[in-house]
Amino acid sequence: MSHVVEISDISKTFKDVQALQNITFDVEKGELFGLIGSDGAGKTTLFRILTTLLTPDSGRATVLGRDVVKEFRQLRPLLGYMPGRFSLYQDLTVEENIRFFASVFGTTLEANYDLIKPIYSQLEPFSTRLAGALSGGMKQKLALSCALIHEPDLLILDEPTTGVDAVSRKEFWEMLHHLKQQGITIIASTPYMDEAGQCDRVALIQSGRILKISSPDEVAKSFSSTLYGIKSKQRFRLIQTLREYRFAKSVHPFGESVHYADRRDQPDPEEIINYLKDKGIDDASIQTIESTIEDTFMELMEESHE
Amino acid sequence: MSDEVIHTKDLTRMFGDFTAVNRISFDVKKGEIFGFLGANGAGKTTAIKMLIGLLSPTSGEGHVAGLDINTESEEIKKIIGYMSQRFSLYDDLTVKENIRFYGGIYGLKSDVLREKYVEILEKVGLQESLNSLVGSLPLGWKQKLAFSVSLLHNPKIVFLDEPTGGVDPLTRRQFWEMIYQAADEGITVFVTTHYMDEAEYCDRVSIMVDGNIAALGSPSELKKSFSSQTIEEVFIKLARGAVNDTG
Repeated sequence: MSHVVEISDISKTFKDVQALQNITFDVEKGELFGLIGSDGAGKTTLFRILTTLLTPDSGRATVLGRDVVKEFRQLRPLLGYMPGRFSLYQDLTVEENIRFFASVFGTTLEANYDLIKPIYSQLEPFSTRLAGALSGGMKQKLALSCALIHEPDLLILDEPTTGVDAVSRKEFWEMLHHLKQQGITIIASTPYMDEAGQCDRVALIQSGRILKISSPDEVAKSFSSTLYGIKSKQRFRLIQTLREYRFAKSVHPFGESVHYADRRDQPDPEEIINYLKDKGIDDASIQTIESTIEDTFMELMEESHE
Repeated sequence: MSDEVIHTKDLTRMFGDFTAVNRISFDVKKGEIFGFLGANGAGKTTAIKMLIGLLSPTSGEGHVAGLDINTESEEIKKIIGYMSQRFSLYDDLTVKENIRFYGGIYGLKSDVLREKYVEILEKVGLQESLNSLVGSLPLGWKQKLAFSVSLLHNPKIVFLDEPTGGVDPLTRRQFWEMIYQAADEGITVFVTTHYMDEAEYCDRVSIMVDGNIAALGSPSELKKSFSSQTIEEVFIKLARGAVNDTG
């Protein structure tokens, strides 16, 4: 059994909102799999189904060979789940929290100390501090330690890096890579495209549907046209003016430049610059650039709107 | 100095013997989009609180839109806008009620408010939703509405705290276009964020480490001088050397 997760045609509706529509994908053993999508895309609903906390309306999923509906009892002890909201006991100390979660799963801190040591050791200087008084980065490390304490086969992390600073986020992904090397399969969700590159494979999810599943590199490269980065000091006018250009296919601000794709197969960049000059933007520069995951994501979103 | 909307010189704040903000000096120009970055505990929040009149400095000087932060903090509150990712609008009030509520706080007259309803709804594309509860709107709409509401009283400068976290990439860009438009109209935009790809959209960014401004420049200048591909790399190079961590 090389598939740790097999999801087949899962749908879920809440009142009049279709949260998930015919979701199908597999996650392989030892993979670090990313579910990339914005707030409300359906990431948490899917995770709740995989962790047996919610049943799908239709479709079927097995996790570690167990059916998520029929065999939820056997499955639960095998899973480590870190929900999106900080879900530890704020009025217990760091050490009380970890011991509590260990005892719930019938184990002890000492028995699995080696697995969590690289993460938990950073918290030990604060072991008597109340969890509620920790900084965002420290809370996140404690939540991960608690999700890991029973040595799960699969770790499911719902937006583990939301709200923490760049240094803590980077450290967190380093910890996940370390856990992956220990053979733990990991599924993590994030709204941040720049974290997709940390994963072996990613699924892009929007409005309850999977737009694409592939390696981060392949997703980035699958953008359909040549992409240009155009810069000018007058950014707002640059965007407006490019949108009015009759050959414009897509125009998106992207950090310091504007990402531009053209309807023509072989556009002449000089012609675009001349068009901008005619419209009063005389400081524009243009160069071809490599597309990113975010470019592909936006293109797929625009296609699905059409 | 009419072009400087924010000006600080040696601005300092101590808490007991801990120096949260250590003699920072910087300027922000009219119509500039300025990113204010720093790790947890770097002193960012303390610095902003001083700028918006919520905390008085221990020493040093600061001016916001020409007003002295030491002596005119109440006046400053009236001419700034503020929007936070976590809290800005009341979920259990309608779009219209939220606009009216904030308009009322800033003392807008009812005929002005009526114009504002139309203007905001057109800008955000929410014409159909004037009487919808804000809680029922998608996050992206809420953020765009919150930004418009923060501009209701025509502030000279607007402070945005992690404005585009969590939204999809298309909505996020619509939001940045609103920010560019505001800047184009001469409003200064002061952005704080944990997300370094947001910083890439700013005209200039500063990075605070241990109460000091460790770097300040345009994103491309900073990337060049720290030999980095992204602002995130610059940030991590600077912040990893930090002493203060809130634990």
